[in-house]
Amino acid sequence: MSELPAFLLEDDAGRSSSFPGERPALICFVKEDCPTCNEVMPVIEAFYRAFADGVDILVPGQTVEGNRTLTKKHALTVPILDDSSLKVSFAYDVEIVPSLYLADPTGQSQRTLVGFVREEWQALAEQLSQTTGLAMPDVDWSSCPEWRPGCGSLSADPLVAARLQAESENSPLRARRIDIAAHDDEFEFMFDQGFSDGLPLVPPTPERVLRMLSGTRRDAQEVIATMPPNMGEATVEKVAINAVMAGCKPEYLPLILTAVEAVCTDEYNIHGVMATTMGASPVMVVNGPIRERLGLNMKLGALGQGNRANSTIGRALRLAIRNIGGARPGGTERSTLGNPMKFTMCFAEWEERNPWTPLHVERGFEQDDSVISIFAMTSGPTLMVDQDSRTGAQLAGTFGLCLESAFHPKAHYATEVLVVISPEHVDTFVRDGFDKASIRARIQEVTSRPIRELVENEVSAVGFKKAFADGMDSQALDKLLPKFKSEDDIHIVVAGSEAGKFSGAFHGWATGEIGSIPVSRKIEEV
Amino acid sequence: MVTILDPTDERVPVERQVTPRVGEITGNVALLDISKPRGSVLLDRLEALLTERMPGINVTRYAKPTFAKPAPDALRAEISAENDFIIEGLAD
Repeated sequence: MSELPAFLLEDDAGRSSSFPGERPALICFVKEDCPTCNEVMPVIEAFYRAFADGVDILVPGQTVEGNRTLTKKHALTVPILDDSSLKVSFAYDVEIVPSLYLADPTGQSQRTLVGFVREEWQALAEQLSQTTGLAMPDVDWSSCPEWRPGCGSLSADPLVAARLQAESENSPLRARRIDIAAHDDEFEFMFDQGFSDGLPLVPPTPERVLRMLSGTRRDAQEVIATMPPNMGEATVEKVAINAVMAGCKPEYLPLILTAVEAVCTDEYNIHGVMATTMGASPVMVVNGPIRERLGLNMKLGALGQGNRANSTIGRALRLAIRNIGGARPGGTERSTLGNPMKFTMCFAEWEERNPWTPLHVERGFEQDDSVISIFAMTSGPTLMVDQDSRTGAQLAGTFGLCLESAFHPKAHYATEVLVVISPEHVDTFVRDGFDKASIRARIQEVTSRPIRELVENEVSAVGFKKAFADGMDSQALDKLLPKFKSEDDIHIVVAGSEAGKFSGAFHGWATGEIGSIPVSRKIEEV
Repeated sequence: MVTILDPTDERVPVERQVTPRVGEITGNVALLDISKPRGSVLLDRLEALLTERMPGINVTRYAKPTFAKPAPDALRAEISAENDFIIEGLAD
């Protein structure tokens, strides 16, 4: 004899039944889609009618709807108890339904019957009748089948069982477990499943994901965002799985979680950023103390390869968008050409080499805050080469001439840019007393064109439509229009090595409400 | 065997890769009984028919401990190592 697990379950009407009670109990696990359960329900009902005065007849059913169906279909008076969470079925290690457990008033197991064997059930009825002194149930045993094997318990379904096991062990993991056969190559398997951006992934084993989750204090099951286009629930655990695959360290996780939250806002509009045929991609800029702690590169080659934090943090965000959000090339990701930023694009600002206000302070945060800013960019980094200019006005002039090409030289007021100024170029500006405001103003100045030069013509049809321009007088056509609708559309950061008079620029996508607005978020866990 | 956690939102079932079909049965054939009562009746008949019609093949019988759970790794490895084909009696 062994002690059966105690439980408290409610029926559909909210009446609760507990085990053990003060009387013997007969516990019978059933599920509605099992033919054997349906065959024996009238027998269970007869047991209830016969023995309810002396025995607790407890019938846990495994689905809410199924319990209702059973009750209705068999006109039951015996309450079916709601074990749709399957916790009691799991605690009893029920493999097959129906399974019957006879217990004494202290909860000790006396007898277990699995499936339906007529002789066994009949003998059980006789035993109960004798011990309770109540009449035998009204069952026409000859009309019952001799035996029926029963069906697999829902609690033993491999996918459900993994979750129940994790819950019983207090594991924070709830994601579906995928067993890769010993003869399969796990790297090939992950490619086959479409989890990858085209490069190999680190297999997200439960051990690695648990280690990754150690990087945050947040609950693994917290839903941090609803991610388009699938509107998939981005839990901390799911983001951690993608971070493992991308090759991240646990300490990167808080930054990645904040980035996921940032792109899943209406302002950022990740759905549009992924879906656009123009081919936009998130560009992540990190500011604050977290740069040093994570070892983010902001110096030599900051926008390139070779640094783990830069490479894998950007990749983790992209993989999360791909796998949780479901944005995949050819599906809802429709970029005509694509661009390499779609693999990863994350770097830090070299604030210490920036004589002006760093990006995050400009965007309303404290200097000591760690902040992630995310832009939707369609191309870049394009190089702005100027080894000759010695004045701030000349160099900012160069920037303007180069930035004129964003989208199209005749496309004004169309987009935004993220300018990455290299240290040598910073020095040129500083020598001439140029700050961010004067750089922006100069860019607007040198890119200003009379509207008449921005009208569609025989060289290119891009620009103001001729019909529109025909309605303007000469004075209106002479009006100067700078490249950017607002100086705020020129974002400026400092990064790169000490050597080289080369700055860079990312060109934006549809800017503002109609497209994407850059989002900056403080990384709270640092 | 490696176990990984699903990185997706789990709305699509994991797709298993189907082994290429060769078109004829030769060598060693496993008959796997999932241990559902009377599954053996079907497999007995199948074994008799296979042996009668394909005298060149070797048939070996295997059984899972319970139909309610996946086959243990050791059993899967054993079947895979010793056989070219497997016929599994699924459910009822």
